[in-house]
Amino acid sequence: MAKLVYDDTGRLLFTKEMKEEYTLLMPQMLPVHFGMMKKLLECEGYKVDMLTTNHRGIVDEGLKYVHNDTCYPALLVIGQLIDAVKHGGYDPHKVGLLITQTGGGCRASNYIHLLRKALEKADMAYIPVVSVNLSGLEKNPGFGLSLPFIRKAVYAMMYGDIIVNVANQVRPYEVEAGAADAMIDRWSQRLVDGFQAGKGMSRRQMRANFDEICFDFAAIPVEGEPKIRVGVVGEIYVKFAPLGNNNLEKFLLSEGVEPVVPGLTDFIIFKIYNRVADVELYGGKWIKKAGCSLFMKYIEACQRDMIAALEHSGRFRAPGTFRELHSLVHGYLGDGNKMGEGWLLTAEMLELIHSGTNSIVCTQPFGCLPNHIVGKGMIRKLKDDYPYSNIVAIDYDPGATRINQENRIKLMLANAKGLARQEPARPREESQRTRELEPQLAHANI
Amino acid sequence: MSLRVGIDIGSTTVKVVVLSEQDKLLFRSYERHFSKTRERAMETLASIRDLLAGQEIKVTITGSAGLGVADAAGIDFVQEVYATAAAVNTYIPDTDAVIELGGEDAKIIFFGGALEERMNGSCAGGTGAFIDQMATLMNVSVSELDELSLKHEKIYPIASRCGVFAKSDIQPILNQGGRKEDVAASIFQAVVDQTVAGLTQGRELKGKIVFLGGPLHFLMGLRQRFVETLKLDGDHAVFPEDGDCFAAMGAALCATDYAPVPFDTVLKKLEDSANTATVVDTMPPLFTGREEYEAFLERHNSTGGPGLLPINGYNGDAYLGIDAGSTTTKIVLITSEGDLLYQYYHSNQGNPVAIVLEQLKDIYGLCSLPHDNHIVIKGAAVTGYGEDLIKNAFSCDLGLVETMAHYKAAAFFDPEVDFIIDIGGQDMKCFKIRNGAVDSIMLNEACSSGCGSFIETFAKALGYEIEDFAKLGLFTQKPVNLGSRCTVFMNSSVKQAQKDGASVEDISAGLSISIVKNAIYKVIRAASADDLGRHIVVQGGTFYNDAVLRAFEQEIGREVTRPDIAGSMGAFGAALAARDLHLEKSALLSREALEHFTHTAKPATCGLCTNHCSLTVNSFDGGRRFVSGNRCSRPLGEEPSRLPDLMRYKYAKLRSLHGKGSGDGSRGKIGIPFGLNMYENLPFWFELFTQLNFEVVLSHESSRKLYLKGQRTIPSDTVCYPAKLLHGHVEALVEVGVDAIFYPCMPYNFDEGAGDNNYNCPVVAYYPELLAANVPDLKQVRYLYPYFGLHRPRDMERKAGEWFFNEFHIPRQETAAAVKAAYIAYNAYKNDLRNTGRIYIDRARAEGRPILVVCGRPYHMDPEINHGINDLITSYGFVLVTEDAVAYLEDKAPRHVLNQWTYHARMYNAARYVCAQPDMEVIQLVSFGCGIDAITGDEMRSILETGGKLYTQLKIDDISNLGAVKIRIRSLMAAIEARKEK
Repeated sequence: MAKLVYDDTGRLLFTKEMKEEYTLLMPQMLPVHFGMMKKLLECEGYKVDMLTTNHRGIVDEGLKYVHNDTCYPALLVIGQLIDAVKHGGYDPHKVGLLITQTGGGCRASNYIHLLRKALEKADMAYIPVVSVNLSGLEKNPGFGLSLPFIRKAVYAMMYGDIIVNVANQVRPYEVEAGAADAMIDRWSQRLVDGFQAGKGMSRRQMRANFDEICFDFAAIPVEGEPKIRVGVVGEIYVKFAPLGNNNLEKFLLSEGVEPVVPGLTDFIIFKIYNRVADVELYGGKWIKKAGCSLFMKYIEACQRDMIAALEHSGRFRAPGTFRELHSLVHGYLGDGNKMGEGWLLTAEMLELIHSGTNSIVCTQPFGCLPNHIVGKGMIRKLKDDYPYSNIVAIDYDPGATRINQENRIKLMLANAKGLARQEPARPREESQRTRELEPQLAHANI
Repeated sequence: MSLRVGIDIGSTTVKVVVLSEQDKLLFRSYERHFSKTRERAMETLASIRDLLAGQEIKVTITGSAGLGVADAAGIDFVQEVYATAAAVNTYIPDTDAVIELGGEDAKIIFFGGALEERMNGSCAGGTGAFIDQMATLMNVSVSELDELSLKHEKIYPIASRCGVFAKSDIQPILNQGGRKEDVAASIFQAVVDQTVAGLTQGRELKGKIVFLGGPLHFLMGLRQRFVETLKLDGDHAVFPEDGDCFAAMGAALCATDYAPVPFDTVLKKLEDSANTATVVDTMPPLFTGREEYEAFLERHNSTGGPGLLPINGYNGDAYLGIDAGSTTTKIVLITSEGDLLYQYYHSNQGNPVAIVLEQLKDIYGLCSLPHDNHIVIKGAAVTGYGEDLIKNAFSCDLGLVETMAHYKAAAFFDPEVDFIIDIGGQDMKCFKIRNGAVDSIMLNEACSSGCGSFIETFAKALGYEIEDFAKLGLFTQKPVNLGSRCTVFMNSSVKQAQKDGASVEDISAGLSISIVKNAIYKVIRAASADDLGRHIVVQGGTFYNDAVLRAFEQEIGREVTRPDIAGSMGAFGAALAARDLHLEKSALLSREALEHFTHTAKPATCGLCTNHCSLTVNSFDGGRRFVSGNRCSRPLGEEPSRLPDLMRYKYAKLRSLHGKGSGDGSRGKIGIPFGLNMYENLPFWFELFTQLNFEVVLSHESSRKLYLKGQRTIPSDTVCYPAKLLHGHVEALVEVGVDAIFYPCMPYNFDEGAGDNNYNCPVVAYYPELLAANVPDLKQVRYLYPYFGLHRPRDMERKAGEWFFNEFHIPRQETAAAVKAAYIAYNAYKNDLRNTGRIYIDRARAEGRPILVVCGRPYHMDPEINHGINDLITSYGFVLVTEDAVAYLEDKAPRHVLNQWTYHARMYNAARYVCAQPDMEVIQLVSFGCGIDAITGDEMRSILETGGKLYTQLKIDDISNLGAVKIRIRSLMAAIEARKEK
């Protein structure tokens, strides 16, 4: 059994020995992206399990071990990890936990500490927690992200975004149910196999893959009239993770609309851009700014490739570039608004509205601090500037019931349908008709 | 065309309407469904079989509980707000806005321009159901409540956000003798404020407004409050005759678009659906069978306790204990051995004084029955919410804090007791006992008050008496999982369970389990039974409920002691305390004095300082008076004691920072809103602007009035109160007239080197941007909200230089010099605070006074935010300093959390410092809704408990009820005393 080694601050380390013996458990946020990430980690020699559990027991474990006023994603992610250790059939002495760490003024940067506290409370402090971050926080001898790996991870993310994007545009219309999901599986497997063989990891090969992905998804047989599109934005975990948002996408599909979920790429660029913006706003080292700008430019170039592929497909709508998003938010929020999803969240809503998706679900954990400002706080102004925007803010937390959430989304959808009728033909003809009729209101109890 | 039927299934009622082809109402019904939604809808439809049988009808279902029925029955569903809008469009076409209150939902629809429809979020709960709960609390029917409200003289401020908050506001008013008429009107006002604040979100309510829904249909008092608040005249406030059925009528109108179906098919569909049960999230049963239950009862009934002596056979000394609780009054009379002579437990019906008076008369009667026995009451003590009032009314010998009373009582049953949990009607108290002293107290925060009265209200809503309702759940095999959150959430969980077809039995058991989970995970925050203790005593009326007791034992996996007088433990403890006074003679009002006892209560508002306390002046016979609701002794005609108070000092210092300073004001007037980060940074900005020859104008001091001024522009009702106040501040500044308002965005705070980073929280950082987007008045003024980083002084000179040049054409060098001066001024301010803190501490030590270090954010010094807690603290004899007065005495140390916020780093260090000071204690102030304090709270607790100190957290919001605060501070004092005695 691997020896438990601690660093000078008393943090339990993930050792090289553990890398051999232990299984790393990771939460899932975006099924496609994280699925590829898992396989990439396996290629690096780690044993990894991605948790896809989704049951009430997760929330119960979370409530037990995490302060109940902490944000819902922390409660879920930690509840899911602890539930897996306790009931997932693992040897608790042979698992490590993998968790992403962002840093920044939002309390989300504390997840890893909350996880450690929870483990202590559950008498499992011997389980090592591994931080995945790009800021050089918390190093571990048995876990490291090499530059080639990071490049692969970036590619996996780009691939994930384009696959999810096109799949979302196909799924509501597919003739054969499940066709889009089957295609997702085929492509993620193919891409990972390629990664393993060293393929698909140059810009040129990526462009080719992008085109092929668009082609393959465009070939899936579809039918029916275009449906009302509904955008989904929000705090990153509840926006993407089905566990966090009570299967929101599935619900929207069942309501007969097409969900539009802006991808992860912009968020990653946003997080890098923040470092550049910090230097611009408050001063700092030019080298930091230059380094970050370079990294950012690289991902932006990949993003442009993706957009180009979508545009060339002739079949799919393409999202805007990061810079276009950024330019939209001018007059709403400043460049320094970076905690949580920061100005990006508002920018995504603006982009959706500009691209004709007026109806939006803005998701957030109950009491989410940044979203007071960038989500709920901006809806009034959006409504003033774009009267036909139709945004509903939905709170997620262990006590919020699905019926409550769905009822509010249904209201938004009813609005969407009403607005769709109202928008093209104004002034309304029906209202004149009703005015001619005597308003009748009488008791006629039988 | 066929007849159209609309069925609206709400959270508490079912409405059915039939419309003719001309949209004429042919039939309407409005009935409570007591959670039997499908059955009710079916019965109503069946009752109009004569009208519809054999016809093809068009039907849709709407309503918050209608979704499930519609799905199960395969009938089309229309969202209720949309349906309402359709009805209003048809029947009252020139409407500008609709306000609809339902059983649990509040909705606003704006017409004109693009349709805008809004419902309350998941937190803002409680409207009709809230009014029901309040009526239960006041022991009147809803229609009586309505009548009372029409006779009000005064409106009390009652928290308008959530029902549970309001409850904890109302309770003390009632207990302290406030008039029921005034409370009733205040409840309605709270509903109005909640609707206006929560739903308009910046869009103005004007023009012709239609009011709909059951509560607005039936309650004249509520109508009156809406009309007055929105300043509407008769033409602009429309209350349609069928306002309670509008959603159903809308559903019928919407049905136009759907295909007609034979009436009998619809009925059949509903009938069939009533039998399909869907999967519900369930939990293990409480008892597997009768036998297990019998054994359980046997065990609990054999708990030893005080004997019960017949009062007419006793001769000797006796001691009286009164627990004037929030909803019930408990009285016991005991012998010197602790045997019970008399016991009383009853709802106080909103007037504890009358109850106690009647009881005392009875007890005196029993004590001198015409036998030759003679009982002398040698001591009387009172505890509970109404402690002060009862103590003064009847001249009791002792008033003691509830925690102490409960501990005394529990120790009588189990001298080794190390954990006590008391779940009463309105509040939940848990505390640990360490070394014979109350050690760590956990009270339910205003938000999770899911206690006894909560089950009671549910029972009533479902049409049961509480005793019967609780027993229902004992033997169900599948209690439904309702989660463990506050009452409002619970309402919707129950709704969901009903929708999914859970039975009343399942819900009853689920509610009992929820209460327990709420207590264990939310209030106590325990992960295992060992976190609680080995000798657990449970008490409070709620534990008479076997289902709750059982659930508690199941959840912690340990057997506990439930005394047979569980509901009277506070009173019993008080009686024991009275006994331990060893008095020669009790001061309690004599039998004769009670004969001419009178009591009247009058509301008043104290105008002696900016707190504007809502007072209740109680007058008793013989000119005795008792004033409650005050935070200091000034309304009693005494000058308040002024012990050193660094909060007050800081506040006065900051408020003085306005005007031209050392400059000449020639560049114009800069308005600065006095809130959030300004409480820390104002000395910096004041110096900077005055150096640059601006005149600084501060917004007025915060007040409830100021808050209400900006309330309608608050977009997120769950943000903290300090942030909400800013809306009023900036609006007030616009009114005052300034050349520009300056309120910078500050993601970073000063770097004090005590943490890993120096952030502000997201709300403090970015609120200026939110204001720009939501406060329309700001468009009338030059509103400047640039990003600045004070953590990099050199860069700040440059960045400020650019900014002031671009905005005001000020030469860069001039700005650079002013920035330098501003840093110096800020440091001088900080040093002055530290020095003053040191002087205060020295003085405390010289005079032998305990020192309280109040940890929080700088803006917690705002009297409107802390509600005068500082005055309360010093009135108890503490010297008060703030966290920044001692935090600098410690260096940075590793923490178990990411220590990246400047203000929090100060708190951690202050707590560490206090651990080494025998005469210091910490109280942490936490604003409700502060997500970050969910993290700091736990860390503070662990620092202090490791250091052998008590952790006391005070949660504060816009409510000004200091009841819970007093309990904590007095318990802290009692614990300090107990520790001294050791």
